[in-house]
Amino acid sequence: MSKNFQHLVSTAVPIAIENIDTDQIIPARFLKATTRDGFGENLFRDWRFESNNEPKKDFVLNNPIYKGEILVAGKNFGCGSSREHAAWAIGDYGFKVVISSFFADIFKNNALNNFILPIQVTDEFLDKIFSAIEKDPAAKLEVDLEKQSLKITATGEEAKFDINPYKKACLINGYDDIDYLLSLRKEIETYEAGREFNF
Amino acid sequence: MGKTLFDKIWDSHVVVSKPGFPDAVYINTHFIHEVTSPQAFDGLRKRGIPVFRTAKTRATADHNVPTIDQHLPIKEALSRKQVEMLTTNTAEFGVELYGLGHPYQGIVHVIGPELGITLPGMTIVCGDSHTSTHGAFGAIAFGIGTSEVEQVLATQCILQYRPKRMKIEVNGKLKKGVVSKDIILYIISKISASGATGYFVEYAGEAIRSLSMEARMTICNMSIEMGARGGLIAPDETTFEYIKGREFAPKGADWDKALGYWKTLYTDADANFDVVLTFDAADIEPMITYGTNPGMGIGVTQHIPSLDSLDEKEKPSFKKSLEYMGLEAGSELLGKKVDYVFIGSCTNSRIEDLRMVADFVKGKKKADDVVVWIVPGSKQVEAQAKKEGIDKIFEEAGFNLRQPGCSACLGMNEDKVPAGMYCISTSNRNFEGRQGPNARTFLASPLSAAAAAITGKVTDVRELV
Repeated sequence: MSKNFQHLVSTAVPIAIENIDTDQIIPARFLKATTRDGFGENLFRDWRFESNNEPKKDFVLNNPIYKGEILVAGKNFGCGSSREHAAWAIGDYGFKVVISSFFADIFKNNALNNFILPIQVTDEFLDKIFSAIEKDPAAKLEVDLEKQSLKITATGEEAKFDINPYKKACLINGYDDIDYLLSLRKEIETYEAGREFNF
Repeated sequence: MGKTLFDKIWDSHVVVSKPGFPDAVYINTHFIHEVTSPQAFDGLRKRGIPVFRTAKTRATADHNVPTIDQHLPIKEALSRKQVEMLTTNTAEFGVELYGLGHPYQGIVHVIGPELGITLPGMTIVCGDSHTSTHGAFGAIAFGIGTSEVEQVLATQCILQYRPKRMKIEVNGKLKKGVVSKDIILYIISKISASGATGYFVEYAGEAIRSLSMEARMTICNMSIEMGARGGLIAPDETTFEYIKGREFAPKGADWDKALGYWKTLYTDADANFDVVLTFDAADIEPMITYGTNPGMGIGVTQHIPSLDSLDEKEKPSFKKSLEYMGLEAGSELLGKKVDYVFIGSCTNSRIEDLRMVADFVKGKKKADDVVVWIVPGSKQVEAQAKKEGIDKIFEEAGFNLRQPGCSACLGMNEDKVPAGMYCISTSNRNFEGRQGPNARTFLASPLSAAAAAITGKVTDVRELV
C-alpha cells in the first residue's frame, strides 16, 4: 500500500448493498495470518466464491467490466467487527478509495490508518454515482483530497467531502499516528506523573 | 454546566489536546488477544521500539482456541501458529499472558471484569469491537484496529476525536421471561445497526439500574451493534459490590481511596447529551433476530416485516438478507425449527448466564435433533459451574459443556454451524457466514435459547417459566 494519497482518477466497482459488515469484507476464518499481506485474495470471499472455490459469476468483482481503484458501497459500510484485516483486504485488492453514504467508526479509522480514503457522500450523490456506473461501467470518478472534492467525470457533478485536517495531512504526507504520538513522549510521562491512581 | 460521566472520564485522560488534532488519550488498561495483535508487535519490531508500559497490557488466547481437549496441541496449523505467536510476542515484549491452560484464560471481555482488572473511571481498549462490554463498570471502553493496538503498545495513548453523547433511558420494570439481552436487542431493533454511530452511549433508567453487573455487561457489550463507539453505565453499589475482593481490585486503603473517586462518577443533573432516547421496559418482550444484522430483530410473537412496510431503497438489502436466512417476509418465527443452540460468547457466557440456563433446564431434556453447545466465557466460569453442579444439569439435559473461548460466535475454531442450518445463539452478530459459511443465526437471550433447546424450535419462553 502506497503511503500517501493526493489525487485519483479511476473507474469504480459498485456494490449497492447496505450494512456491509466486516465479516463479509473478510470472514473470520481468514484472519489467521500473522502479517498484513495477502488478504486481498479473500476480499468478499463468500460473496465472491462458491464453497468449491469457483468464482460466483453474478458477483461484481468477478465481472470484468467493473474494475478500478474505487469501491462504491451502500450505507453503513464496514459495520461490525473491529478487524483491521477488512481495510488490509480492501487495500491489498487494490482499492485506494471507498465511497459510501455512511461509514462505521472503527472501519473509517482503520481505513485511514492504512492510507485508504473513505469518502462519505449524501444518499442522493451516492445514487448518482451508482446510476453513472450503471449507465457506463467505464464511467470515471475524480478524487481530489486537497480540495476535498469528488467528481463524476461524465456528468461533471461534484460533491465536497469532509475529512479531519489531521488525517488529511497524514494521508497527503504519508505519516501515521504513531509518529505523532511518539513525539509526545515527554507530555505522556508528565501526565503519568500527575495521575492520582496507578490504574 | 455539569458534565456527563463520559466527559468526566475523557477529560481526566487527555494528555494533549491541540486544535485540528485528535486528542491524545491515555489508556489505563489494554487487552490483547491472538488475532489482532501479531501485526502490531511486528510494527514495534520494525520501528525498533519496546512496549512502553508493559504492566498495562494483558493478553489472553480466546478467538482461535478449540473448546475441547485444550490440553492437547491445537490441531489446525494456522490457529496454532497464531496462538504460539501470542506466546512468543508477549514473552519477548514482557507482557502478562493468560494463555491456554492458565486458570485465568478466557474470553478477553469476560476475564477483565472477573479478575478485577476492569474498574470504574478507566479508559480501556482492545483490538476487538466488543470491548464496549467493560463500559458496564463506568469506564470508557472501546474497540480498536491493529494499527491502534500498535499505538497503545508504543505509547499507552490513542488518538481519538471526542464522540458525541447519547443517553438511552430504559424506565420501568422488565416482565417475566425478559432479560438484559432482550433490552439491548430491542433498542437496536428500534434504532438500527447504525443508529448510534458517532456516539458514546450512557445507559440509564430504572430497568438498567436494577440489573446485575453481568446483565449490564450484556447491554454494554452490544453497543457496537448499533454503531456506538461504546456504552457505559454509571457505577453504583452493585458495581462496587461486584469488584470488591477480586484478584486485581484495589485493597485496603487503596480501595477506600478508589471508592471515593468512583462515587464521583455520574452524569451531573445539568449535563447535556446530544441525543436522549427513552424506552419503557414493559414494552419489551423476548426478542429474536430474523435477518443478517443485529438491528433486524422482533419480539418473539411478532411477524417479520412485510415488504410493503419498507422504503423502496431498503428492499434489496432486506430481500438479500431474508433469502440468505431462508425466511419469508411477513411470516412468523415462532415454531420455526432450530438445528443448533449456542450459549456462549462475550455477550452471554458468564456464570449468571449459565445459572439462568441451568435453572430453566433442570430436569428437562433437549429435543432429539438439536445440537446444544454451552461454551463458558472463562476457566473461572467453567470451574464455578462445576462447583455448583451446573455441569451435571447440562449433562442430564443432553447439553455439551465445552471449554472457554469465543467458539461459534465467529467460528474461527472448529465450532462452526453447518451450511443452511439454523442456530439460535446468545452471541452478538447474525451476519452472513458469521457462525460458519452459509450458517443461519437467530440472536436471542440465554433463556430463549434454552427454551429452543428443549422444544427444538423458536419458542416464547414466557410460556415455560
